[in-house]
Amino acid sequence: MDLKELYQDIILEHGKSPRNFGKCKNYNHQARGHNPLCGDQVHVYLKLDKEKKVEQLTFEGSGCAISIASTSIMTELVKGKSFKASMEIIDGFLNMIKGGSEVKSNDLTEDQKIKIMSLSGVKQYPMRIKCATLSWHTLISAMENKDKDVNTEI
Amino acid sequence: MNIDNIKSQFPIFSKKINGKSLVYLDSSNSSQKPMCVINRLDTFYKSEFSNIGRSIHSLSVNATNKFDETRMSVKKFINAGSKEEIIFTKNATESINLIASTFGQQNIKSGDEILITELEHHSNYVPWHYLRESKGAVIKFAPINEDGDIIISEFEKLITPKTKIIAVTHLSNVTGTIVPVKEIINIAHKKNIPVLVDGCQSAPHIKIDVKDLDCDFYAISCHKVYGPTGVGILYAKKDWLEKLPPYIGGGGMISEVTKEKVSYAQLPEKYEAGTMPTAEVVAFNESIKFMESIGIENLINHEKKLTNYALEKLRSINSVQLVGNPKNKAGVISFTIKGVHPHDIATILDEDGVAIRAGHHCCQILHKKLNLPATARASFGIYNTKDDIDILCEAIENCRKVFNLK
Repeated sequence: MDLKELYQDIILEHGKSPRNFGKCKNYNHQARGHNPLCGDQVHVYLKLDKEKKVEQLTFEGSGCAISIASTSIMTELVKGKSFKASMEIIDGFLNMIKGGSEVKSNDLTEDQKIKIMSLSGVKQYPMRIKCATLSWHTLISAMENKDKDVNTEI
Repeated sequence: MNIDNIKSQFPIFSKKINGKSLVYLDSSNSSQKPMCVINRLDTFYKSEFSNIGRSIHSLSVNATNKFDETRMSVKKFINAGSKEEIIFTKNATESINLIASTFGQQNIKSGDEILITELEHHSNYVPWHYLRESKGAVIKFAPINEDGDIIISEFEKLITPKTKIIAVTHLSNVTGTIVPVKEIINIAHKKNIPVLVDGCQSAPHIKIDVKDLDCDFYAISCHKVYGPTGVGILYAKKDWLEKLPPYIGGGGMISEVTKEKVSYAQLPEKYEAGTMPTAEVVAFNESIKFMESIGIENLINHEKKLTNYALEKLRSINSVQLVGNPKNKAGVISFTIKGVHPHDIATILDEDGVAIRAGHHCCQILHKKLNLPATARASFGIYNTKDDIDILCEAIENCRKVFNLK
């Protein structure tokens, strides 16, 4: 294990200066996520347009560098995508973190693929996987309108 | 006292973590186990195992006697009045739940008040919360100041004619505050209010004398006191245990059972239903002997020196902020590092073999009060040395490097 694999510059940079942070106007979907073991909190705000395309995606919350960076990168990657493409990206990411192969989505640019891959170091640290995945599960909940808080321990 | 000799009695320290020697700074969470305790578990299971109190064969008689010997040792260790006052439980959490449930059942009605503090671990809040839900009790939180000390004058103000019980920690698992429980008990008893002391953190670090404290209830977790998991202790004044209803029902806690009625066993069995963690209770006697062989005064002095050394070194690192500055502090130091979240600190420290805890340490009320979502915590045991502190401080410097911080 190498700490530099986990704390790549992209992650440190997003952790320090997260993108799409705050509550967006006119959101029509939202969900909260919570990791009771460590206290991490995330609140995802989402605006889907008539075709269910992700028009806006922002978040609020507190957490470690991994969790903030993962959420920040998520918002960048999913914003502007169709519902179907968004779900494919989310599935691809969760599969990668669980030890699966890299994310193969035609909807991501090479630059975006590098960003999502920068999070793959997390799979070497089992205790940190939930830090990276909480917001992605929360986004699914928001998109599917489950109106249920996401809890990493349930 | 030779600490190297003590450390060598803990086999875990021969293990490498990420290729580095283990620096274990998570004893507030759970302590490591000395060889004498591990051996005792081993020999008990290999050549002495039997359930206790239920059979008349030789193995059972021996096991029952050994179980009872631990009870006598605990009685002496905390200076209880009699062995009937020592109840074995699953852990300190169960000890507190036992009192909250039985005391609540008998003495709490709607509108009655339970006074706790902002320092409490969830295990000394949630059991009382159950009474809020089931009985309509009111829970009041005595405030702390920014140093992490309970403000006694405010505490006193919160006591009203409706206060039925006070529950307070002896030693905070976040700030390391040693709470003046004797003073609190004195105040409470003047108003005839019983006091439960959560002694989870204090038992391994300070001398406990329940007679001197005059507490009504005292809870201990054995795994924090160099003992096995699965064993807790509830000390309670005999009058209370006789008066309160039983808790868990089942075998071992009864006197006579008919289709019409059930009568209960004498103390302490009244509160020890079902098969107990026999081997673990027997092995816990070795933990007490281990602590006594070092001498509780030596242990306190060692940890005091270590804590002062650590505080001095940590204060000299500019990026480190210590959490709380209590008047009386034990070897529990919570801190934050500017620009590095506690979870990231824990991961980076682990790479250097340094085991700390990060998070809210089961004290969300306290973290909210301190306005911190999480903290990193280094906590000491008898096996820790100044070298451990030096390695901790180097690993902290490494956090800044990994995060490219100046």
